[in-house]
Amino acid sequence: MLRRSVVSLALLAATAVAACGGASDSTESSGAGTLGEGATKLSLVAYAVPKPAFDRAIPLFTRTPEGSDVAFSASYGPSGDQSRKVESGLKTDIVNFSLEPDVTKLVDAGLVEESWKDDENNGIVSSSVVTLVVRKGNPKNLRDWDDIIEPGVEIVTPNPFSSGSAKWNILAPYALESDGGSDQQAGLDYVTKLLANVRSQPKSGREATELFLQGTGDVLLSYENEALLTESKGEEIEHVNPPTTLKIENPLAVLEGSEHREEAEAFKRFLYSPEGQRAWGEVGFRPVDQTVADEFADKFPAPEKLWTIEDLGGWDKVNAELFEPETGEIAKLYDEATN
Amino acid sequence: MGTALVQAGGVRRRPRRRTAAGGVGPLGLGVATLWLSLIVLLPLAAVLVRSLEGGPAGFWEAISAPSAVAALRITVLVSVIVAVVNAFAGTLIAWVLVRDEFPGKRVVNALIDLPFALPTIVASIVLLSLYGPRSPIGLELVATKPALVVALLFVTLPFVVRSVQPVLMEADREAEQAAASLGAGNWTIFRLIILPALLTTLLSGVGLAFARAIGEFGSVVLIGGGIPRDTEVASQYIAKQIEIDRPVNAAAVSITLLLIAFAVLFVLRLLAQRNLRHEQG
Amino acid sequence: MRQTAAARLSLRTLALGYLVCLLVVPLMMIFFRTFEDGFAAFWDQVATPASIAAIYLSLVIVAIVVPLNVVFGLVTALALARGRFPGRGVVQAIVDLPFAVSPVIVGASLILLWGAGGWLGGVAEAGFQVIFSLPGMVLATIFVTLPFVVREVEPVLHEIGDEQEQAAATLGASRLQTFFRITLPSIRWGLAYGVVLTVARALGEFGALIVVAGGVPGESQTLTLLVHSRFIDDQNTFGAYAAATVLMGMALVTLLLMTVLNRKREAA
Repeated sequence: MLRRSVVSLALLAATAVAACGGASDSTESSGAGTLGEGATKLSLVAYAVPKPAFDRAIPLFTRTPEGSDVAFSASYGPSGDQSRKVESGLKTDIVNFSLEPDVTKLVDAGLVEESWKDDENNGIVSSSVVTLVVRKGNPKNLRDWDDIIEPGVEIVTPNPFSSGSAKWNILAPYALESDGGSDQQAGLDYVTKLLANVRSQPKSGREATELFLQGTGDVLLSYENEALLTESKGEEIEHVNPPTTLKIENPLAVLEGSEHREEAEAFKRFLYSPEGQRAWGEVGFRPVDQTVADEFADKFPAPEKLWTIEDLGGWDKVNAELFEPETGEIAKLYDEATN
Repeated sequence: MGTALVQAGGVRRRPRRRTAAGGVGPLGLGVATLWLSLIVLLPLAAVLVRSLEGGPAGFWEAISAPSAVAALRITVLVSVIVAVVNAFAGTLIAWVLVRDEFPGKRVVNALIDLPFALPTIVASIVLLSLYGPRSPIGLELVATKPALVVALLFVTLPFVVRSVQPVLMEADREAEQAAASLGAGNWTIFRLIILPALLTTLLSGVGLAFARAIGEFGSVVLIGGGIPRDTEVASQYIAKQIEIDRPVNAAAVSITLLLIAFAVLFVLRLLAQRNLRHEQG
Repeated sequence: MRQTAAARLSLRTLALGYLVCLLVVPLMMIFFRTFEDGFAAFWDQVATPASIAAIYLSLVIVAIVVPLNVVFGLVTALALARGRFPGRGVVQAIVDLPFAVSPVIVGASLILLWGAGGWLGGVAEAGFQVIFSLPGMVLATIFVTLPFVVREVEPVLHEIGDEQEQAAATLGASRLQTFFRITLPSIRWGLAYGVVLTVARALGEFGALIVVAGGVPGESQTLTLLVHSRFIDDQNTFGAYAAATVLMGMALVTLLLMTVLNRKREAA
C-alpha cells in the first residue's frame, strides 16, 4: 500500500513538474509577474544581475503576438560559472552574460554560431558603467580610484575567475592608469594596490552586493544598474560614479541547437526594440538604443571620460593577456594576492 | 528430520544452504556490491583519479596553495573546538535528560534530533536571522569565526547526546551506590565510575561530530561569509574551485578532507576499542 | 549518586539554557519573522509558481530515492547480517562512507564523473543529460541517504536472529516467501525509521545540489535551493524565511514520526 501511494505520488508530481511552464517567483497573480504560460518553453541562462530586467521584459514580450505562446524559465548566477555550466551541458536556448568572453567560450565549444554578434548592436543588449558603492553618507569620502587604494579601505569585488562583474571592475581603473592599455605596467601597479585592499571573494556581482549589505567592506565595486536597484530597495547605501570609468557591455546570444530558434530570435529582437530597451532602462541598465537612452538622460549621467573595451584592444586581447588563468597578468596578480 | 519430510512426499528438498537462512545469496551480494560501487565508489574514484591528474606533484601543488592550506586549517580548528564543546555540552545534556525529571522533558528529548531533521540551509538562515546585520539581540556575527562555531554547534548537537544517552540509561547504579556508601563524593563517582563507562561511546560521538563538522557546507554558507584565509572552510573552497573551473584543485582538496575525516575516525575507533578492553578487562 | 537539589537544578539550567540559546531562540526567530505580517503574506510566498515547482521537485526526488534505497538497502542489510563472506568489514565501511563525505564533495564527484572530460561524460554527448538535471540530483541524493535504511535494519536482523527464517526454509518456503512473511514484519519498525530518516535527509539536501543542479526555477530547483536563491539572488529575505519555514514544518513532522517510531521500535 505504501508502495502504491508512493508511485501515484511520483506520477502526480512528475506530471505537475512537466506541466509547469514558466515558474516565476513573483507573488503577483498572473499578469505582470509570470514568465508566461505558453506551450513553447524558452530557457534562459543569464549572469547574476539582470533578473529585474527580465522580470519586466518577459511579461511585455508575452503580450506581443510573437511572444503570446511562450513560457520562460530562467537561471541566474556568476557569469563565468553559468558559462561553464552551459559548456558542460546545461541545456538552454538563450544566454545573457556579463561580458563577451563568456559567449566566446560557447562559440569555441560549438554551441553558439560565430555570427552571433553580426547585428547593428554587436550582440550587446544592455550596458552600464563601473561604479563605487559606499555606505550612506559616504563616511570615508571615497569618490575616485585613488581614494580606494588608500590603506585601511576595504574593497569588496567578486572573484574574476567566476564573475564577469569582477573583470569589469578591475579593468575600469586599469584603463585609466594604463592610459588605455598603452602603459601596462602602470595599470598593473594600480591593480596590485587595489588587490591589497581586497579580502573577500564573493563569486558573483550579486553575492558581492549581499556581502557588502551584511556589513563587510567600505566600498563595493559594481555595476551601476546593481547600485541603482539596491538603492531603490531602500538599502542604506549610495553610489558614486568616478569621473573616469569603463563602459560595461552585456552580450546576449541564441544557442545554435535551440529547439525554438524562431521564438528565441523574436525575444532577442524584442529586447533591442524601444519597448524592450525601455524595460532595461527602467531597472537601471543604460539602453544601447540611442533614442531610448536619450529618454533616460537624467538617470544616467555621462562620466567625464568613458573608456570602452575596444580602447583596450577588444576582449579577445584583454582576456588572453590579462585574465587567462595562470598566464594572464592580472590573473597572476590576483592569485598572488589572494592565494 | 529432513529425510522424514522428504519421504512424506510433496515437500521440496531443503536447499543446500551456503548462507544463513533469510540471506540473499551470492546474487544478492553481487547486487548490493554493484549498487554500492556505482553510487559511492565510482564517483569517489573519479575524484581520486582527477586529483592525481598532474601527478603527485600536481596534487601537492593544489593542496599547498596558501588559501587551500588556510581553508583546511580553519576547518580543522573550528571543528576541533566544536567537537570539544560538544563533548562537554552533549554529556551534560544527556545527563540531565537521563537523571533528571522535569515537565516537558519528553519534548526536550525529541527536540535534540531537530538538527538531524532540519535542512542545513534552513539552519544557516535561522542563525542569520538572529546573528545577522539586523540582529534583535545586537550580536552581529556574520563573517566571523564565532559564526562558524555557532553554526557547527547547531548541526552537531545530536551526535554526542545520542551516543551517550543509551549508555547512561543502562548504567549500573549499584557500583555508584556502593561507592557512595563508601564515602566517595559525587565528582569522584562521576570521574572514576561513570566516565570510564561512557568514554567509548563518547569518543565515537565526538568522532561523528567532528566528521560532520569538517564537511559541513549548508549551515555555514550564509553566515560564514566565506572570506578566504579567514572564514572560508574547506567545503566552500572546494565549491569555489569547481565554480572557477579548477577541477584538479577541487579534487585534491576533497581527497585531503576525506583523509582527515578517515584518520580521525580511525584514531578515535582505536581509542574507543582500547577503552572498551580496559573496561571489560 | 545523590545530587543536592541545588546541583540538580544548576545542571538542568545549564543544559536547558544551552539548548534554548542554540536551538530554540533561532527557530522562534524564524517563525516570528515569517508570520509577523500575517499568514497571507507567508502564503503568497509559498504559492508562487517557482515555490510550488520547488516543492514538487523535492517530493519527486524523494519519491524516486526512497524506493530505491528501500530495495537496495534491504538487500545490503540482508547480505551483511545473514551472509558470511570475506570483506564484510569493507562493505560495512562503504555503507558508512557517505556519513564522512562532505555534500560538496558528493556534488563535485558527480561533476567530475559525468561532466565533459569525465569517464561517463559521453552520456551527455549522446543526449542524455545527467548533471544539471534530475538524474544528477537523484544520484547525489541517493549517495547521501544510502546508509540510513541499511544501518537501521541491519541491527534488527542481527537481534532477531535467523531461527524463524531457518524454520521457514525447513518447511519449504522459498526465499522470497520467507522474506515477505517472516523477515519483513519483524523489521518493519526499523525499516520505517530508516525511511523517515531517508526522507528527511533527501528533502534537506543542499550542498551537493548547489554544485550539481542547474538551479533553474521550475526545472532543477529544489526547495532548499529556492531558499538560497531567494536570499542571495532575489534579495527576497522574507521569501527565503517563508520557504525555510515550510522546510522546518516538514522537519518537525519528521521529528514527530521519528519519536513515534522510536517508541514502537523499543516496544517491539
